[in-house]
Amino acid sequence: MEKHQIQYQTVHFNLNGKDVEKTVDVRASLTDMLRNDYHTLSVKKGCEVGECGACNVLIDGETFNSCIYLAVWAEGKRIRTLEGLMGPEGELSDIQQAFIDEAAIQCGFCTPGFIMSAVELLESGREYTDEELRKLLSGHLCRCTGYENILRAVKKTMYRRLGKEMPTA
Amino acid sequence: MSKSVGRSVTRVDAREKATGRARYTDDLCGREALVVKICHSTIAHGFVKSIDTALAEAVPGVVKVLTCFEAPDVPFPTAGHPWSTDPSHQDVADRLLLNRHVRYYGDEVAAVIAEDEVAAAQGVRALKVEYEELPFVLDVQEAMADGAPQLHEEYKNNILGHSDVRRGDYEAARREPGLIKVEGWYDTPTVQHCHIENHGCFAYEEAGRMVVVSSTQIPHIVRRVVGQALGMPWGKVRIIKPYIGGGFGNKQDALYEPLCAWCSAQVGGRLVKLECSREETFASNRVRHAIRTHIISYVRPDGTLAARKFESFSNQGAYASHGHGVNAKGMNAFPQLYPCPNVECDSWTVYTNRPAAGAMRGYGIPQAMFAGESHIDDICRAVGMTPLEFRRKNLMPVGYVDGFSKNELYHDTFNQCMDKGIEAIDYLRKYEAYKNQTGPIRRGVGLAVFWYNTAVWPISLESSSCRMVLNQDGSLQFQTGETEIGQGCDTAYSQMVADAVGIPFEHVHVVSTQDTDVTPFGTGAYASRQTYIGGFSIMQTALALRERILNIAHEQTRMPVSNLDLVDGQIVRKSDGRVLKSLGDLATESLYSLEHSQHITAETTAQIKSNAYSFGCSFAEVEVDIPMCKVKLLRMVNVHDCGRLINPALAEAQVHGGMSMAIGYGLSEELKFDEKTGKPLNGNLLDYKLSTFMDHPTLEAAFVENPEPTSPYGTKALGEPPACSGAPAIRNAVLNATGVAIDCCPITPHVFYRKFCEAGLIEE
Amino acid sequence: MYDMKALYQAKSVEDAVVLRLAHPEAQIIAGGSDVLVQMREGRRAGAELISIQTLDEIRGVSMEDDGTLRIGSLTSFSHITRDPLIQKYIRVLGEAVDQVGGPQIRNIGTIGGNTCNGVTSADSASTLHAWDAIVELTGPQGVRRQPIAEFYIKAGQVDIREGEIQTAILIPRESYENCFGHYIKYAMRNAMDIATLGTSVNVRLSADKKTVERARVAFGVAGPVPLRAAHAEALAAGQPVSLDLADRFARAVKEDINPRDSWRAAKDFRLHIAVESARRAFIESVKLAGGAL
Repeated sequence: MEKHQIQYQTVHFNLNGKDVEKTVDVRASLTDMLRNDYHTLSVKKGCEVGECGACNVLIDGETFNSCIYLAVWAEGKRIRTLEGLMGPEGELSDIQQAFIDEAAIQCGFCTPGFIMSAVELLESGREYTDEELRKLLSGHLCRCTGYENILRAVKKTMYRRLGKEMPTA
Repeated sequence: MSKSVGRSVTRVDAREKATGRARYTDDLCGREALVVKICHSTIAHGFVKSIDTALAEAVPGVVKVLTCFEAPDVPFPTAGHPWSTDPSHQDVADRLLLNRHVRYYGDEVAAVIAEDEVAAAQGVRALKVEYEELPFVLDVQEAMADGAPQLHEEYKNNILGHSDVRRGDYEAARREPGLIKVEGWYDTPTVQHCHIENHGCFAYEEAGRMVVVSSTQIPHIVRRVVGQALGMPWGKVRIIKPYIGGGFGNKQDALYEPLCAWCSAQVGGRLVKLECSREETFASNRVRHAIRTHIISYVRPDGTLAARKFESFSNQGAYASHGHGVNAKGMNAFPQLYPCPNVECDSWTVYTNRPAAGAMRGYGIPQAMFAGESHIDDICRAVGMTPLEFRRKNLMPVGYVDGFSKNELYHDTFNQCMDKGIEAIDYLRKYEAYKNQTGPIRRGVGLAVFWYNTAVWPISLESSSCRMVLNQDGSLQFQTGETEIGQGCDTAYSQMVADAVGIPFEHVHVVSTQDTDVTPFGTGAYASRQTYIGGFSIMQTALALRERILNIAHEQTRMPVSNLDLVDGQIVRKSDGRVLKSLGDLATESLYSLEHSQHITAETTAQIKSNAYSFGCSFAEVEVDIPMCKVKLLRMVNVHDCGRLINPALAEAQVHGGMSMAIGYGLSEELKFDEKTGKPLNGNLLDYKLSTFMDHPTLEAAFVENPEPTSPYGTKALGEPPACSGAPAIRNAVLNATGVAIDCCPITPHVFYRKFCEAGLIEE
Repeated sequence: MYDMKALYQAKSVEDAVVLRLAHPEAQIIAGGSDVLVQMREGRRAGAELISIQTLDEIRGVSMEDDGTLRIGSLTSFSHITRDPLIQKYIRVLGEAVDQVGGPQIRNIGTIGGNTCNGVTSADSASTLHAWDAIVELTGPQGVRRQPIAEFYIKAGQVDIREGEIQTAILIPRESYENCFGHYIKYAMRNAMDIATLGTSVNVRLSADKKTVERARVAFGVAGPVPLRAAHAEALAAGQPVSLDLADRFARAVKEDINPRDSWRAAKDFRLHIAVESARRAFIESVKLAGGAL
């Protein structure tokens, strides 16, 4: 069999607020690049075909499963992973703290992806109904929590950011 | 005494997991690792005649191709059970690393080791495997029939196991005049655990020993199995278990650790990793046993049970794994849950050409409860009683003692749990309001209870070991062989340790990672045993540590031990309550003492020869759209008596997860197989219908806390019980809504269509 | 890493056409939610890819001078749903593609990819059929326009010729004016699923809202490609609005549809659901159009 000529390409993008560049194998997924080249290991591999949401990251403010996104497509993009949420002194963002406080974490494998979807919807500044929240978070599978406490965590944070009292059931 | 136990303290690993810093298996693997990909059989049954490896070996980047023809012919067992030194109680050893005789579509026939995943996958695709095909069988009862394809020579008619229960005289009792006969067949599906982290592991040699880092629930057991499979002394194997992304029983088996270790050994002990794809997780890990159950009940018009018969047929798939234990557990629940003087039970576990079935959350009980609790509602219809009346009348009474396990029902748990659920969901009013509806959209409420017991004694060994090491500042590390798999045992244990030793919760540091070189022996996470079993060794070790501390305190303070106590991290003189010194000062002085330096540690093993019932119930409310053949789950409530809650918030969260699994079991999940080839049809997360965020109602968990007298902490099983009664509660709610008695789960639109056509609710 | 032989990244539509001609065996990749998954599964392993993912010139929704609604082929599902023109003129399309997979898939999946893969279950396809969409293809000979029904050749195959790429989906004014539609995705769960059956109905009522001027219905997964139910449409045209009409319209769809038996669903089940879905989608469309039932 002939030796495969590996095709490389240099990608420039912004990762968690920092401009970076990397020469990557064009066959790499964004998950591969983030995990292997940047050690952003919050980006998890659960299916690698876009069905579980564990590898979810924000690209220019929208959620994407990085497993089905080519690394070279990152050119010029602004990419955010869970690692980018923590403050310089180790301060947690409100949504991370809410996941902790509401016992929304069990095995923790789906957690990073979920939190990044939560970040997107919280940053929209809108008030969503429970049904809308369920839909906005429906691109993630979780086998531990039944989604119940995840909903509580996101909802609580949404109301806190809106400066509104959370309605009781 | 208790300060920490009973409080909803924050999970000890929550911050690591909320920041993405918690490290799972693949996060720890060196990027230089060679990659193993498995070549799986593309037939359901037959022999590998030959494998042409030439093209695969020519793929650039392929390092080595290993086939079934060079793998050792050493059968080994995989079940995550404690080993038995009695050969008659050992797990069935029917597994090989790679197989010439392939027994299911997806069996392992070869492995390709390459420099990267693409080369490994190309290598696998380039292999030319020639098979001699044999007939195969997928159905459990067909597999038992004479003349069926035989999977393992030594198991005639493919029967891996059979057990029975006989009580009274069923044949005589059923002839009593005036009895109402109720008979049903109930089918449950093959489902998969679907932890979000697939199983994966990596292996390398270090100082002549094999190290395997694995996503497993049972590191010490995997160590033994790797040793058995590779013919290595067990001491030459070291297993490390980091954080894992869920297990639910699938990882309570040795999965690919033996193969991965063998691959590493074949390339000079180089670092080799083997990660399952999601498709491999479905097709070639473990699944839940599909069990077909036949129940006949003879009931008196007053609703008492005269005679009952139970038969269950468990689809084992191609290899024994946990084998008959799963089906036997379900069968044994039957005569206990609704005691009847005349009972005949038989259970069979049968090999078929499907993926091997192993342990999965509930271990036979979700199947048994779907059949048993569906059947109870069928009885209610036949005799004209409400589901609640019948259960109140016939469920296991307070004071019931099981002759084998010696488990006792100490409290009126069933009624207390049902009462809580009834109130939460407004069951009584709704049941009456919903029972005679007409029209296309109908609502219903359903109830189901469950039977569960904790841990595995007296069927197997129960033991747990714990080590505590005191630091100079008065804090301590502790370790157990029982594993954190997401359920929260690291946190619950830390709470237990704090109280038992007498130090603040913040001074307790759990060593979460199990490393068989340094972690005391323990068999791991399964059987809902963690809080119950771990509690014994924690309490015992804490007492031993306290004794050492108080003896040293005596040396340092000259007060008699009998007048000393350790309270909240302080050495206290009991007679006047004065704090004599802090534990930190004591530990520092002890360690650096020039006269008598002591490192304060304790380690003990507790063997546990008791077990505990753990009971509860589920309530479901549904809305059925008859023309659309759809059901919407409106509400679900679970009520549990798992004894005293160690951490109420984590307990509630764990119940939610079990309810979620029950929702999928009841409504959507089923791994399907092509009848013509035996190939899994939907082994991916798109076609296998795990219920999503949008398929869940608000989940409600409630508890009745009757302290368990045999447990040092008054606690008992909660890991698996939440998954046990949800599906029959949904099924019984559909019955209340439509009058249609469904005989299988999952209750998909296809099932509704068939049943509604039969019932004349929709036109065919 | 993907088992990809080579990746060619188009810098413009023109460039894409050149790359298509230079690499006729290469697969076009837009969002990646189909192609990369197939590559991962081994079905397209070793393929060459032409990526058009970065061609912003064919992304977005606009209105042409003659009132034709133009949806650039790379417009993602979530952008279609949020687009004001879509919401105003063909809201049902936004609702239909809002039921594709989950949020992340709707951010990456494109309407071009959804139609070019020729899959009968695509959530956009039945609505595009029901609204007589036009497919715009750009190739070496320039731009070619084709009714969507002719674009689909057979399961998994569409009419994209040598050197061409799909550049837009067009909805003519005559097709959307005064039209109201409803889509029912029948699936086994409420998110992350493919349609067991997709039903898209739309109606245009008379000025007094009492008569159906035109009713159109298309199905996904009722045949190898998305298809219209002409008998039902003819039956409803010019008829007074009534529940009885909804029933007759729904039953008539059986004249045209031909779902198959598969492990995913049985034919008789799909037929049953098609009739019930057509009935409900018709009623909903009439209500949206201001009709009283």
